[in-house]
Amino acid sequence: MAQADLFQALLRLGDNTLVLGHRISEWCGKAPALEEDIALANTALDLIGQTQMWLGYAAQVEGAGRSADDLAMRRDVWDFRNLLMLERPNIDFGHTMMRQFLFDAYHRAALDALARSADPRVAEIAAKAVKEATYHLERSAETVIALGDGTPLSHDKMQTALDLLWPYTGEMFESDAVDAALAAQGVMPDPATLRADWLAQVQTTLGAATLTLPDDPFAHSGGRSGARHTEHLGHMLTQMQWLQRAYPDAQW
Amino acid sequence: MVKPDVQTVWGWLDAVPDPEIPVISVVDLGIIRDVEWAGDTLEVAITPTYSGCPATSIINLDVETALRDRGIDKIRLRRQLSPAWTTDWLSDKGRAQLEAYGIAPPSPAGGPSRCPRCQSAQLERVSQFGSTPCKAHWRCLSCLEPFDYFKCI
Repeated sequence: MAQADLFQALLRLGDNTLVLGHRISEWCGKAPALEEDIALANTALDLIGQTQMWLGYAAQVEGAGRSADDLAMRRDVWDFRNLLMLERPNIDFGHTMMRQFLFDAYHRAALDALARSADPRVAEIAAKAVKEATYHLERSAETVIALGDGTPLSHDKMQTALDLLWPYTGEMFESDAVDAALAAQGVMPDPATLRADWLAQVQTTLGAATLTLPDDPFAHSGGRSGARHTEHLGHMLTQMQWLQRAYPDAQW
Repeated sequence: MVKPDVQTVWGWLDAVPDPEIPVISVVDLGIIRDVEWAGDTLEVAITPTYSGCPATSIINLDVETALRDRGIDKIRLRRQLSPAWTTDWLSDKGRAQLEAYGIAPPSPAGGPSRCPRCQSAQLERVSQFGSTPCKAHWRCLSCLEPFDYFKCI
């Protein structure tokens, strides 16, 4: 059973970076400024690179002869384990950057803890990825502050984005039996333990951005358990997996 | 053939350019972590700079080609993740070559110390991301030229 738990946990890590990496790559060629376009494409590249490591290890742990590519391109919605927040459409640049910031702050804290994992492979992947998550967070926090504390129009758009995304943040800190088992072995942190650091970072940044934190504790869930994804993931996969669905095993 | 010693192999690899920044070698970049003989197979450990760096597969190909050109046919390239690559591993030679090429070398201060063209310290950051994942985009306020800064990680 231990291997099945580790497999699930690795899918959660790899699906988060895969789905967000794909979403932000949708900005490639049409972001509001050239610098933002390049920054989003580079962030997407880092996330897809991290996906290769997480899903590569997941495939190895599963031991069923699948590869990282098989896991990324041959599973359907119900087998994905990413957070619901990350599969949401980009909507606009402000919404994209607010989601990026809320995730980056969590991602950095999670990778920092994972770098001390009792599983050496998890620890080395996280130690590599946390360096990238650190500058992703620097940039998304700066952008959220610039837009939140910007013009009345940009401020309103950022507040709307925050209000819309807030109910999706609770899922990052949800724990289940898989988390409990891995936390007991020192392989992965219990997500609930990451909340305090995340909240402190979010309060500081959103305060500087003159934005108001919603105080509704309601949280959507179902992504990381796979119980109930939003309708958006299926639409995204039809794009992302199109080639492998049309031409299985195609290589170039 | 006679097995060349690893010092000779390091010298050969120092002639393999980084595909994105051809003025520095893969050895200067600090990504060749180990060279050793395992029986009659030459093992080279390579660490990626950034997880998603698209140059990684080209670098592997270039290293393998360079070794084959020297007559080595049993080669094993190993991807080594830990310890994670850091810009501290850039050689002094590599840092000087970067600057001469117009790319400010990484600095622990988090930004370039001077413009690689006119040496001015009056600089501003344009974007944290430049033409490749490893670089940021800066501008000199004295000569007004934009330049790349090799990020410090």
